[in-house]
Amino acid sequence: MSTGVDIIEPIADTRTARQVARDTRKHEAMARKRLTSRGATIAALIIAIFWTIPTFGLFVTSFRPGADVQSTGWWTIFTNPSFTLDNYEQALNSGGTALTLGESFLNSLAITIPVVFFALAVASLLAYAFAWIDFKGRNIAFVAVFALQIVPLQMALVPLLSLFSRGLTIGDVTIFPGFDLRDMTHSFATVWIAHTIFALPLAVFLLHNFISEIPSEVIEAARVDGAGHGQIFFRMILPLAAPALASFAVLEFIWVWNDLLVATIFAPSSSLPLTQSLNSLSGTWGNKWFLQAAGTFISIIVPLLVFFGLQRFFVRGLLAGATKG
Amino acid sequence: MTDTHTAPPRQRSAKSAKQPAAQAAPQSRTNALIAVVAAILVVALFLFLILQQPRETKPTSIGFSLNSFFRWLGNQNQLVQIPIVLVVFGAVVGILLLLIEYAPRPGKLYFWIRLVACFALPVLAFMLLRPYQNALLYVLGIAVVLGGAMFLLDYRSREGAGYHFQLVLFAAPAAILLLVGLVYPAIATFVQSFFDKTGKDFVGMDNYVWVFTQPEGTWSVINTLIWVLIAPAFATVIGLAYAVFIDRAAGEKFLKVLIFMPFAISFVGAGIIWKFVYDYRQGDQLGILNAIVTLFGGEPVSWLAVTPLVNSLLLMVVFIWSQTGLAMVILSAAIKAVPPEQNEAAELDGANAWQRFRNVTVPGIRSAIVVVITTVAIGALKIYDIVAVMTGGRANTSVLAFEMVNQQQRFQSYGHSAALAVVLFLFVTPLIVFNVIQIRKQREIR
Repeated sequence: MSTGVDIIEPIADTRTARQVARDTRKHEAMARKRLTSRGATIAALIIAIFWTIPTFGLFVTSFRPGADVQSTGWWTIFTNPSFTLDNYEQALNSGGTALTLGESFLNSLAITIPVVFFALAVASLLAYAFAWIDFKGRNIAFVAVFALQIVPLQMALVPLLSLFSRGLTIGDVTIFPGFDLRDMTHSFATVWIAHTIFALPLAVFLLHNFISEIPSEVIEAARVDGAGHGQIFFRMILPLAAPALASFAVLEFIWVWNDLLVATIFAPSSSLPLTQSLNSLSGTWGNKWFLQAAGTFISIIVPLLVFFGLQRFFVRGLLAGATKG
Repeated sequence: MTDTHTAPPRQRSAKSAKQPAAQAAPQSRTNALIAVVAAILVVALFLFLILQQPRETKPTSIGFSLNSFFRWLGNQNQLVQIPIVLVVFGAVVGILLLLIEYAPRPGKLYFWIRLVACFALPVLAFMLLRPYQNALLYVLGIAVVLGGAMFLLDYRSREGAGYHFQLVLFAAPAAILLLVGLVYPAIATFVQSFFDKTGKDFVGMDNYVWVFTQPEGTWSVINTLIWVLIAPAFATVIGLAYAVFIDRAAGEKFLKVLIFMPFAISFVGAGIIWKFVYDYRQGDQLGILNAIVTLFGGEPVSWLAVTPLVNSLLLMVVFIWSQTGLAMVILSAAIKAVPPEQNEAAELDGANAWQRFRNVTVPGIRSAIVVVITTVAIGALKIYDIVAVMTGGRANTSVLAFEMVNQQQRFQSYGHSAALAVVLFLFVTPLIVFNVIQIRKQREIR
């Protein structure tokens, strides 16, 4: 039992030892108490309330009848309670002829779910090579991939878009004529590719941190049993790195679902995600706050569910980046 | 982390096992020669390709291509597309892993597998892109030369045949995506920034002059700088204060979730939530901020139109609101990692809570604070959504990332847009370089 107090004489009997331990615990308790003093608690509560009120206000608004919302503040609900779900129905069905908010909700799902898998698979392959295959220039290559975060995705948008739509022509020769997907009913290919690429530098870095920490004995044992890199990757690394994969998956899901910029640039108009529809509808709804409120909550319900359901993984994923990076 | 435990069992193939060490030098010289010859051939084919006479041609493919697959997929229902594309992608990754697994094994069968794969994969990859007929010969030539060189170099490699083959398969998907999607576009944007609107005429530094002289440009630069100075500072200070206040308090978990939740909300959602807070109208106020102002007898204010800077600061509030949770979670974990003995020792020495925080906790979480500040700062530099949703860049609230999309989409002015992107790149650079230095230090320690 280590103690925090200065001990001049070595402790002879167990009773003294226990006494010292008890004192130590008392000191610890005091230290805790003082750190979380009343002033601190009140300050924390004020911050917490300040942080919650904006969301709460809009949440309440989304359930109030339209007429009430337009004439009185949301806080009057406490004196004059009335609730309705009409706002949600109206919001889901509003939108242009091409796309309602409800449809763009499905688009968001169709964009986000595949991207999470693409990014994880491609990044974990490279992360594995960096961690467990020896080759010349490995460290430099690893740092180079991380450093690619230096390229703001804004810088990559326009050339990548023109590569997708017009292809690559050198001189008079066309090597890649571009994708011809504008007239499809729902085409997400370009958005998938763009999101996957932009996720890679960070994904490789975070997954590498985890994969390289796996004990080398485990991998040596598999090699002795005759497994090649393919089997080791699939049957050992993937299960062992599951927590890291899960946490990055959650992060990536929330980022892609919440993205506005990449989708605005790459998605054809029939395949726009929720964020984009919400953004443009919010202009046409103008001051109809009951619709804006309902629309907003339709868009944040999925990330919030993911957040509450998988909070543990979410936090771990962030910390993996933080403590190492 | 290092090279010690990763050495693979060498000499899997009978051939390299027979080779004495003395032959290593001439062998690597031959390898270099092969690489050089292959490179020369590829460059030559490329030059011939550029010098092609123009003639009428159309795309060719081997019956199917990426484009035809995406077109077919594009006609399915959104939700049906998810499983289909995942199964196809899974199959491709599966084949890749099978090749990785079997390729390095010794034996005749595996030799043939490698040989076929080396030629088939590049050819298939190029054909899936539907090259035009006049490019076909050269493209196939390049694919065959690359495949051949790769096979030979791999076959002769010191670690045994198949070693480099599997390495290339592991790294190729990510490497190709990064080169095509980040490296090439970054260079293209840089070049574009010296050309005019249409991208045809060279204009030198004109676009940069525009950025730093026109109001749209200067405001976006000034605002971005203010964002990057103010947002990380506030997010970190509030996050740290909150983390310290609730450390070991009752209901700590719940209190954390309250602050962290906005991080899961999109900037679009956050923008609308706060636009409602700032709402302004005649008569009864709906927005809580103006309601409070009028409660105390003030006149309601159209907050997002107040210049100078007030409206920009109000946008920053939204960003800080969203990012403080991130700062708090990371800092809270770091605080818990500080050994409690240090705090106790300081307490016994008579240090008060503030002194302990200042002299024990803060130095203990220094690296976490650095991480939080750089992460939030990079986020602030790239901010787009909040401005787009809340003000659309009006009333001098524009920032670099927003203005560049604005220039490109509204004004079709690619030169200006590219110059703004390059300026943004220059702003991000020191932060990433700093991070890279930190990582290199850590890797040396390990």
